[in-house]
Amino acid sequence: MSTGKQDWPLYEVFVRGKRGLNHVHVGSLHAADDRMALTHARDLYTRRNEGVSIWVVRSEHIAASTRDEKDPFFEPSADKVYRHPTFYDIPDDVPHI
Amino acid sequence: MSDDHVYLTLAEGHEDDTRWAYGTGFEDPLHGVHTTVPDDVDAAELAALCVALGDDALVSAQRLGEWVTRAPELEEEVALANIGLDLLGQARLLYSRAGQTDGTGRDEDAYAYFRDAAGFRNVRLAELPNGDFAFTIVRLLVLSSWRLAHFERLASHPDPVLSAIAAKGAKELRYHRQYAAEWAVRLGDGTDESHRRMRRAQEQVAPYLGELFTAFDVRQEVVADLKQVTDAAGLPMPVYRPLPGCGREGEHTEHLAPLLAELQGIARAHPEATW
Repeated sequence: MSTGKQDWPLYEVFVRGKRGLNHVHVGSLHAADDRMALTHARDLYTRRNEGVSIWVVRSEHIAASTRDEKDPFFEPSADKVYRHPTFYDIPDDVPHI
Repeated sequence: MSDDHVYLTLAEGHEDDTRWAYGTGFEDPLHGVHTTVPDDVDAAELAALCVALGDDALVSAQRLGEWVTRAPELEEEVALANIGLDLLGQARLLYSRAGQTDGTGRDEDAYAYFRDAAGFRNVRLAELPNGDFAFTIVRLLVLSSWRLAHFERLASHPDPVLSAIAAKGAKELRYHRQYAAEWAVRLGDGTDESHRRMRRAQEQVAPYLGELFTAFDVRQEVVADLKQVTDAAGLPMPVYRPLPGCGREGEHTEHLAPLLAELQGIARAHPEATW
């Protein structure tokens, strides 16, 4: 290959487990393209019968909050306990809450 | 899934998921299958067929295992080892069935470890050295396409055990074939160097194609299957050139004996050992 293997981009892998309703980040891998990333994810992260669906995304496409932003991002919510729904009375006949 | 919105897959139903946990949900492919050979099946022929298919799988598994620590990329190493282990699992079931039906009562280890090269009935393509990655991919593509066509027919074999083994194996082989096909297209339609290596691998495989099409008439569907891949990869179909000898008759290349020596060494040095 003209591009060396060290050039294979990094992908993040998300697997939806059999009992899960959402995809969970399970790890990362190198692959030359999206299709190969899915194949590798199947081989690396679903060998033990745990997955029913896989998402892969190039790591560089993930926008992430940084450590520097930790305080302005997350501190302000630390003293706002009223945002939890425990302040409301939930009627007994309302399901799924 | 590619054309659908990714969230659509979340709505798919999955049976019996509610009780799933790690380490559960595994299936025994032979669960509830009767082991009596039906009256209309020749037990000796059935045993010979199981040995031949088991030998193809065992020898292929050994070659694929040789890629471990040598593959071009860690992810590919796991992929090749996974495929090898699938085939090893098929070999174990097939040898066990052979032992039940050939009258000897031998177990799977007796077939794997205590027969010499002349006793093996695998096709010679399986035993050739790995060569480069292109050769491994071309061989895997040919063997998995061929074995898949075989197993899809055997899934309706009158012997219930062979039928169950074939049904289980076909699912695995579909993935093996897909893996090899994706790489074949990627390399065949890749750089000048990868294309050249794929062409060379096709030349190396060509003499061993003939003996794949003897017992079952799966040639047409396998050739059609391969043509689909070679067209997408910008490769020609391998030219079919017959070579004297036949692995199914126990006539092997010089490469099988060293492979078996490595495979069988420990079991023969320590017979009856368990680990």
